[in-house]
Amino acid sequence: MKYICLIYNEESRLRAMAADEYESLAKEHLALDDELEESGNLIASDALRPVQDATTVRLRNGNLSVTDGPFAETKEQLGGFYLIEARDLNEAIRIAGRIPSARTGSVEVRPISPDCCVQP
Amino acid sequence: MTLAPVSIDDLYRRDSRQVLATLIRLLGDFDLAEEALQDAFAVAAERWARDGVPDNPRAWLVSTGRFKAIDKLRRRARFDAAQGELADRLYDEGTDDDPDDRPQIEDDYLRLIFTCCHPALAADARIALTLREVCGLTTEEIARAFLTGAPTLAQRIVRAKAKIRDARIPYAVPEAGALAERLGSVLQVVYLVFNEGYSASSGNSLTRVDLTGEAIRLARLLRQMLAEPEVTGLLALMLLQNSRREARATSDGDLILLDEQDRSLWRQDAIDEGLALLGDAFRSGRVGPYTLQAAIAAEHARAARPEDTDWGRIVQIYDALTQIVASPVVDLNRAVAVAMRDGPAAGLAQIEAIAAQGQLRGYHLLHSAKADLLRRLGRYGEARDAYRTALNLAEQEPEKRFLANRLRDLPA
Repeated sequence: MKYICLIYNEESRLRAMAADEYESLAKEHLALDDELEESGNLIASDALRPVQDATTVRLRNGNLSVTDGPFAETKEQLGGFYLIEARDLNEAIRIAGRIPSARTGSVEVRPISPDCCVQP
Repeated sequence: MTLAPVSIDDLYRRDSRQVLATLIRLLGDFDLAEEALQDAFAVAAERWARDGVPDNPRAWLVSTGRFKAIDKLRRRARFDAAQGELADRLYDEGTDDDPDDRPQIEDDYLRLIFTCCHPALAADARIALTLREVCGLTTEEIARAFLTGAPTLAQRIVRAKAKIRDARIPYAVPEAGALAERLGSVLQVVYLVFNEGYSASSGNSLTRVDLTGEAIRLARLLRQMLAEPEVTGLLALMLLQNSRREARATSDGDLILLDEQDRSLWRQDAIDEGLALLGDAFRSGRVGPYTLQAAIAAEHARAARPEDTDWGRIVQIYDALTQIVASPVVDLNRAVAVAMRDGPAAGLAQIEAIAAQGQLRGYHLLHSAKADLLRRLGRYGEARDAYRTALNLAEQEPEKRFLANRLRDLPA
């Protein structure tokens, strides 16, 4: 069975952390990654860029709508994910718009942090 | 050497945005490009005074700015090796730009416009970034125009640039398939800038830059570069609305409604140009919402007296508009036109149906339109309540004064 573990954080708390405190948190993450890799449990893990880099994509009546910011509705629940490689945000938006669930729900597009664990 | 002496200020006004647009493409970074632009003009101020203006000042500025940026990165490489690598890469990439390649210059400018108006940026950030980068206004000028603090505005711009960089919003003109939709986002920014300027133009306008002028200038530039009928439609709409600028308020800044305006103050040159552009947009056969709104403004512009207005035709245009954009505000405007065509009772019935849907409950213009029809029907008590609601919801000072006057003039 595959499982996805989704991490929710208060970004303001991460930002307020002292640099060394944040660094030790990041190191703990990396240590766990190594351990899970070793034991064969890890498929992929990554840190996301902060929410201000998020873009939300929806497809309604064939029209692609693109809005700034994260998905913030309480009615809908997280239902899946696509981890994709795209040249830039425009290509990522185009792919997100092709996800069938974009027709009924919303797809939040968030860049993965390129250098792993940078404090937001 | 150019024959006519050209001042560096004129060149800055004429070319700086295009130079910036090309520098952003060559350097891949907004901030680096802006510094390079300022550096290039600083060198130009010194050298051109001595040696005269070069044959192609734009190309000279781009090339000087690019080398200045590479130098700057090399100096920073002492503290940050990555900057040195970037400098080497930029140097090696070189530039095979042909300085007289008009399409390339326009492409860069369009890249800048589409990037600043990218829908992944918040609407207020798009407006601030467009006025700053595309129009070249200072942060202070934009802050004054929007009655915001300069630090707030500066932060908005910094955040928008950070998102462009970190979420990798490409510096590109959208491909043909996405152009129409992305153009919508650009035109929205242009029209929001226009409306901000138009609604504020009766206020303390002396200290505020002319946003309506900036919006019209931008639409003209866009139209030169993109043969899209909605660009033409939007330009027509703004020219037609702006033609009434001098007639729409008293010298004290009080609003004057369309049917009470002195039509001799309407600027005929703007009307003529707007009507001609509207004809162009219609002939394209692809009629969009801005073109239809321009067509409505044109009906007013064509009427020499208020009673000559063809309200039947205006209702028809609203019908076409509701086919394209489903919006209760459009429905409200249509109801007002119906009241003019068929009498206040018919309009009031429609406004009450729109009010019952609830979306416009907090919209002051719904309540003031309703109040006006009730007044014309002689139902003064209900009119008073509706004017009061509108007055509580209105935010702009001239609108508040207008509503207060209407309330005061209402027969008991």
